[in-house]
Amino acid sequence: MANRTIIPFGPQHPVLPEPIHLDLVLEDEKVVDAIPKIGYVHRGLEQLAEKRDFNDYLYVIERTCGICSFMHGMGYVEAMERIFDTEIPDRAKYLRTIWAEMSRVHSHLLWLGLLADAFGFEALFYQTWRLREQILDMFEESTGGRVIFSVNKIGGVLKDMPKEMLQKFVKNFDGMEKELKKLTNVFLNDYTVQSRLKGVGMLSPQDAVYLGAAGPMMRASGIKIDTRTLGYAAYSDIDFDIITSKECDCYARCDVRIQEIFQSFHIIRQAVNKIPDGEISVAVKGNPNGEAFMRVEQPRGEAIYYCRANGTKFLDRVRVRTPTFTNLTPLLHTLKGCELADVPLLILTIDPCISCTER
Amino acid sequence: MAKVSKSPWMLHYDGSSCNGCDIEVLACLTPVYDVERFGVLNTGNPKHADILLITGGINTQNKPVVEQLYSQMPEPKVVCAVGICACNGGVFKDCYNIIGGVDKVLPVDVYVPGCAARPNAIIDGVVKAVAVLEEKRKKYKKERGEKA
Ligand code: SF4
Repeated sequence: MANRTIIPFGPQHPVLPEPIHLDLVLEDEKVVDAIPKIGYVHRGLEQLAEKRDFNDYLYVIERTCGICSFMHGMGYVEAMERIFDTEIPDRAKYLRTIWAEMSRVHSHLLWLGLLADAFGFEALFYQTWRLREQILDMFEESTGGRVIFSVNKIGGVLKDMPKEMLQKFVKNFDGMEKELKKLTNVFLNDYTVQSRLKGVGMLSPQDAVYLGAAGPMMRASGIKIDTRTLGYAAYSDIDFDIITSKECDCYARCDVRIQEIFQSFHIIRQAVNKIPDGEISVAVKGNPNGEAFMRVEQPRGEAIYYCRANGTKFLDRVRVRTPTFTNLTPLLHTLKGCELADVPLLILTIDPCISCTER
Repeated sequence: MAKVSKSPWMLHYDGSSCNGCDIEVLACLTPVYDVERFGVLNTGNPKHADILLITGGINTQNKPVVEQLYSQMPEPKVVCAVGICACNGGVFKDCYNIIGGVDKVLPVDVYVPGCAARPNAIIDGVVKAVAVLEEKRKKYKKERGEKA
């Protein structure tokens, strides 16, 4: 048997923007085991529900993660709306859908850039992030914020998008789509990129289900699950495909995310065509009483929100289960048996969001 | 902006941030904002770094990490706290696991407020940090009796 070495990986590591620590047990260049150590970003924000009232708490939960901040807010307010038993106006539902899909595009582009950076393709990283700035500009124009833009409220949304703005955005998306096609050509057809991604980090469909993978990680293993089909916000009126792939490797995960970006553009276009006029919020009175569950499809997979209220303005319990948390087990599984040089790439392909995981 | 005689390198560490500030720090490096035009380069190695850019507050688990990173950096060095979390704890101030802002464990030279801090603000902070670094370098050299 070859000698075993333990290599510490993280918490501060050049390819990881976020702190996570792994002890990699190596035999020569092969990883035989990976022992994670987490908790570097733990803040304890679920407990903060005892100190902030249910309206203020929205601003805390939006800061669970800055990348899908809008979706965290949306999951929480939809759970609270269930407790209050309110129906929000249709226009608000559509606006939420549009912002949610824009967040997905922004998040996937961010991930593609980081992936390019991880395998050392600096120019590609810069190009994807340049494209991503266009989405951030649109966020800024419609809400005033670039990454954290707090437009949700219990009972609707805070800001409206006029018709001209929506039309303009759709036009921007046309331009973005063209540029993205050029970029995806590199991601999917470049020989060097393929040699880094193909056949690396296999996760069989059985393992994906057994280990509880979520989101694109699961869909890349051929399992067709997408929480958007439950029809929260305006998704029940919109038709879209669930993108899956049969190849189960890093390349498949890249492919699935890229196709999802195009799918998101498709959803936004439909939503802009169908959006009805009218109010954007309803007033919600009194204090909540009861409990509710809400499942939301985030860019990284399914997130679950649980709220329990007791008739006062402070909630008893808020629980968030985020997709990266469930994706950690499949990650540890794929790490076993891989080469040391592939470790950063594998960690990136689950699209890790450590601050979601540890809250 | 003070005249800069060297290209300062920057080390970014994510304390316990929500990622909002991190992606803005990364956005600074990419074409639209591009801090590299000030000669600032992002590095992953604390031993090469002059500016330590920290996002997010300090908690019990990452306190030793932050201290270690700082101690590994060569003198003179500057600490720049990005985002209101890093300045004083921000929205998470009352969380049970948050000790407070970065200044609880390290001497912070530049504070960049905002939640999330905008890239323009971050660049302004970095440029200020470059000026502070220059001053520190002069002082450091004087103490050692070298020519500035
Ligand atoms: S200042 Fe705001 S955006 Fe930045 S890390 Fe803290 S909570 Fe997130």
